[in-house]
Parts: sequence; C-alpha cells; structure tokens
Amino acid sequence: MNFEAFNKIEERAFYALVAALGLVVLFGLGAAHYMETHGHIVTGMNNQIVWGLPHVFALFLIVAASGVLNVASIGSVFGKTIYKARAPLSGLLAIAMLAGGLTVLMLDLGRADRLIVAMTHFNFKSVFALNVILYTGFFAIVATYLWTMMERKMYGYSKYVGFAAFIWRLALTTATGSIFGFLVARQGFGSALLAPMFIIMSFSYGLAVFIVVQSFMYAWVGMKLDPAILRRMKNLLATFVGAVFYFTIVYHMTNMYFAKQWAFERFILLEGGVFTSLFWIGQILIGTFIPLAILLHPTLGKKSRAVFLSALLIILGAFAQLYVLIIGSQAFPLDLFPGMQQSSSFFDGAIHAYHPSLPEFLLGMGGIGIALLLTTVAVRVLRFIPQDDFRQISKEMLTD
Amino acid sequence: MSNNVDNTTNEKEQASGRRQFLGWGAAMAGLAIAPGITLFDLAHGRAPEEAASSKVRWGMLIDSGKCATGCDDCVSACGTENGFSGKLETDSQWIRKIELKDMRNGNSHSLPMMCQHCENPPCVDVCPTGASFKRADGIVLVDRHICIGCRYCMMACPYKARSFVHEELHDQNPDVPRGKGCVESCTLCVHRIDRGGQPACADACSAAGHNAILFGDLNDPNSEISKRVASSATTQVRADLNLNVGVRYQGI
Repeated sequence: MNFEAFNKIEERAFYALVAALGLVVLFGLGAAHYMETHGHIVTGMNNQIVWGLPHVFALFLIVAASGVLNVASIGSVFGKTIYKARAPLSGLLAIAMLAGGLTVLMLDLGRADRLIVAMTHFNFKSVFALNVILYTGFFAIVATYLWTMMERKMYGYSKYVGFAAFIWRLALTTATGSIFGFLVARQGFGSALLAPMFIIMSFSYGLAVFIVVQSFMYAWVGMKLDPAILRRMKNLLATFVGAVFYFTIVYHMTNMYFAKQWAFERFILLEGGVFTSLFWIGQILIGTFIPLAILLHPTLGKKSRAVFLSALLIILGAFAQLYVLIIGSQAFPLDLFPGMQQSSSFFDGAIHAYHPSLPEFLLGMGGIGIALLLTTVAVRVLRFIPQDDFRQISKEMLTD
Repeated sequence: MSNNVDNTTNEKEQASGRRQFLGWGAAMAGLAIAPGITLFDLAHGRAPEEAASSKVRWGMLIDSGKCATGCDDCVSACGTENGFSGKLETDSQWIRKIELKDMRNGNSHSLPMMCQHCENPPCVDVCPTGASFKRADGIVLVDRHICIGCRYCMMACPYKARSFVHEELHDQNPDVPRGKGCVESCTLCVHRIDRGGQPACADACSAAGHNAILFGDLNDPNSEISKRVASSATTQVRADLNLNVGVRYQGI
C-alpha cells in the first residue's frame, strides 16, 4: 500500500471515529435532557439510592483523570525519560477525562440549569465546594503544564509546573475521597482511609486508561511499543493494582473488627446479591486477580496485547469497585436504632433496591464519549503521541 | 424633741406616700403591658420584618409511649399541610412512622421520624452552595433558590430525613414552595411558627387525643418542653454523633 492510500484510509477512519464518539456524546446529552425535563423519576435513583450509575461513571472519570497525570509526574517530577515522552498525552487525558466526569456530574444535578449558582455560592465547610475549586484549578494547572511541555520557550518551567500539578492532583483526589470519607451517617463511608485509598485507586485506574489509549494510538499509526517500556509500565500497573487490593483488605478488615459494622460487611461480602457478586467477581477476580496473573506472568506479561487486555479488565474492575462502594453503601439501610428491628413507609430497615435506567447509562457513556472525543481531536491537531528517544532511554536503563 | 418626732412622722408619711404612688404606678404599667406579654407568650409570633432570634430554640419532645401503633395522623397532617402524598420510593416523605421491635426482649415501639433539626447539622456542613442552612431559632431549612439538587445532604443526613423532588409538582400550598430537582425536608412548619402556631403534626396528634408530640422552645426554662426534658430521661437518636438535635424522644 502506498503512503497516499494509507493517508486516505486513515483520514476516513479518523472521521468515522469522531462521528461514532460524537454520537455517543449526543446520546448522553439527549439522556440528560430527558432526565432534566421529566425529572429523576425516569432514572433508577430514588430517595433511598440518591446517587446512582451517573455517579459511578463520573467518579471513575474524575479519579482516573487525576491518576492518569501520574505518568507525567513520573517524568517531570521524578525525571524518568520514558515517562517524560508520555507527559503531554497524560496531561491531555487528564483534562479530557475530568471534563467528561464533571459534565456527567453536572448534568445529573436536579437543577443543572443552576450551574452558575454552584460557581458563585460557596460553603467553604463543604468538601464538595472545595472540590469545585480544586477541579477548576486542575484544568488551569494542567493546561499550563501542557503549554510548558509543548512550547519550546517554556520548557524551563515545565518541571516546576509539573510539580505544582503533582501536589494539586494529590489534593484533588484526597478531596474526592473525602466526599465519602466525611459522611458520618453511613456505615460504608465515614473513614479517613478513603482519602489515601482514592489516591491509590486513581494511580491504578489512570495508568490502566493510559495504557489502553496508548496501545490504541500505536496500533492506529502502526507503531510498536518498545518491550522495555512495556515491561516498565506493566510492572508499575501491577504494583498499583496490588496496592488497591491491599487498601481493600484493610478497609474490610477494619470494618470486620467493629461489631457495629458486622451486618454491613456481611451484606457486602456475603448476602448483598448483585453487590456481593460485583465485589468478588467484578472487583476481586476480573479487576485484580486475573490482571495481576497476566501482568506478572513470565511470558504473557511481555505481550503487549495481554497487557492491553489486563488494563481493560482493571477498568472493568474499577467500575465494579465504585458501584459497590457508592451504591452498595447506600443500599444498606441506616441503623437509627441499634439492636431494634425497624420498618416504615420510607423503607427503614430494608435493603434498598436500585435498577439503573437506560438514560443514566447513556449519560455516563456520554461522559466517556466526551473524554475520548476531546482526546481524539487533540491528538489529531497537536503532537501528543509518545515519541521515544532511544539513546536517552538506553542510558537510563543502564543506570537503573 | 417633739419637733423632731413630728418631723420624723412627716418624713415617714411622705415616704409611704411615695411608695404607694410608685406601687400604683408600677401596677398600672404592669396592667398596660400584661396583655401584650401574655399574647406574646401565647403566640410566640413575631413581626414579618423581625428576624428569627437565637434566644429561641424550637424543638419537639416525642413520647413513644403515647404514640399509637398504626396511627399516622401526624403523617397525613404533614402531607396535607405541605402538599405531598404517596409512598413510592421516589415520593417525598418529610415525616414517617417507624415501627420498632427490640430484638432482645420483643418490646415494640412506634414513633414519628423527621428532620431532627440538629444544632450541628451534617446536611448544612456538606451543602456546596449553602442552600442547606440553620435559622437562628434552630430550624434547619433548604433555600430553594440556591439548591442545585446534588443530593449530598441526603447522603450526609443520619436520619434519612430528606427527600428529593423527582417530578413536576402541581397544586402546591403557597406557604410551602417546593420544586422539581430540589431537596426538601421537614421545616417544622416554619410558616405556622412564624405566625405563632405550631407544627401540623403536633396539632394532629393533640386532635387525635394522643398528645405524643410536644412542641416548644427548648431555650425557655419555663416552657413545658424544657421542664419535661429537664425532669425526665429523654433520648437523642444517634446521640453518638453528638449533633445536639432539636427533636427528643421519650420512652425508647
């Protein structure tokens, strides 16, 4: 195939991809409009399960947005060359995913039309309000960071802005985890452990997303990732997955030690139906054990397809984990009167059911669509594809 | 000497006259003010331009011993007063009857549960825009103009006291503005309180002859609610959270 013919096909494929992603975004916006006009009655959410599937998608995107910037931080802050080459793509994905996540979160509001109120009225005691400031700042800092990386005159500032972005990102994910950590009322939340746990979750989800996107981009242009770089990245991914697993164990072990939390733990780990299945099969088996086995396998771990597959499984596991954490914790009833059997017309003492609806799913997918569409277009117009300088890399490999 | 005696007598008479005058004066003044004070005491109402005062803390004492199982007059009265009905998972319920059964001894209780009007309300802490707020007189409310419908307050409330309006509303009570996409909860019938009345649930409970809900000012040592809170053992639900709630329970 000659070069011109390839270019033509590639261009068509690009427009087809943009159109497909645009359609996903359009469906998401349509779903949001439907929810806005009819009210949340058309969703599966109710007065018992107040945050549903849109929040699972939004949280995934926001947490992964912060984590995907880790790749740039390892390059700029810790001076690793192979990650430096990936810093622009990492910054772009961070902005795109945060934009997608926040759009979902915003469009799920009961009064999405009052966005201006959210931007002008702040209760500084609220960690949610703090998050609004942290998210806005994140956009600004990462955009500046991208500028220092892509504009030759600004190269000198890159390290400093990168450091600021690194600190900001840690603060942001701490605050995201604290949205749940500061909830004293519910048994699944109200733990300071959630803040560091969200940070490590962001590392894992973010790197998994990065690997998936990078693999896709390399396949698109017919490039092959250097095996040494692949090995580095998959080892790091395995470490992060292991760390999330460790935090999960500590979280549940702590709960199991407190008598007042036994019923909640029994619900999540044994009797919670869909939540129990999602925990064991989704988070632990698909999101942790299988990817770890692949990544640490002496031969499979060296194959880029296998690494790509494990990154995809980690993302699926992430959705399962967030579903159990956010929705499972609401499904378990509040214990207003310990030691008493409770019943009421408002479903006190009963396990709350949640059946996610199509509009919620479409809205969530719309958020992913926004993130991918922004990335696709930006990659097309600017130089975001990781280009490795192998002379520098081989030097670094020798010193490691 | 006799002059001296006369002078002393005169002075005594004069002093007694002054005292009498002052006494009468005070009595007249008292008589003039008394109806006002009595009315104020009876009504607790205040002028529309007057702000709610932190000298008052409105609260309720609920005696579960007097609350009848199966009776939900307070719930119906609340619905009629504030304009909602329905018991679906998406319907608003500002007040609900909880039936309790002690798993250790089999004792059962019945009680109404609503916003507990905490002194340190978690819903106010977490609200990003400040739409959830506590009035000076202790009533926890939602400002419908700046609520964005994020439902974080519903996640934070330990009493599941808040509801989200899931669909368009019709035939609303003009005193109680509500709206699709906003969060709402028991207002302690603030519109009634400001006119000198008491919450609809408390009225309904009295009308049914149960008198299980006592409404009053927790800050006034002479109010019946304060006296009963001072003299008998009362409970705060989820006292472990140290929220110092305005709604107290007796008999659980």
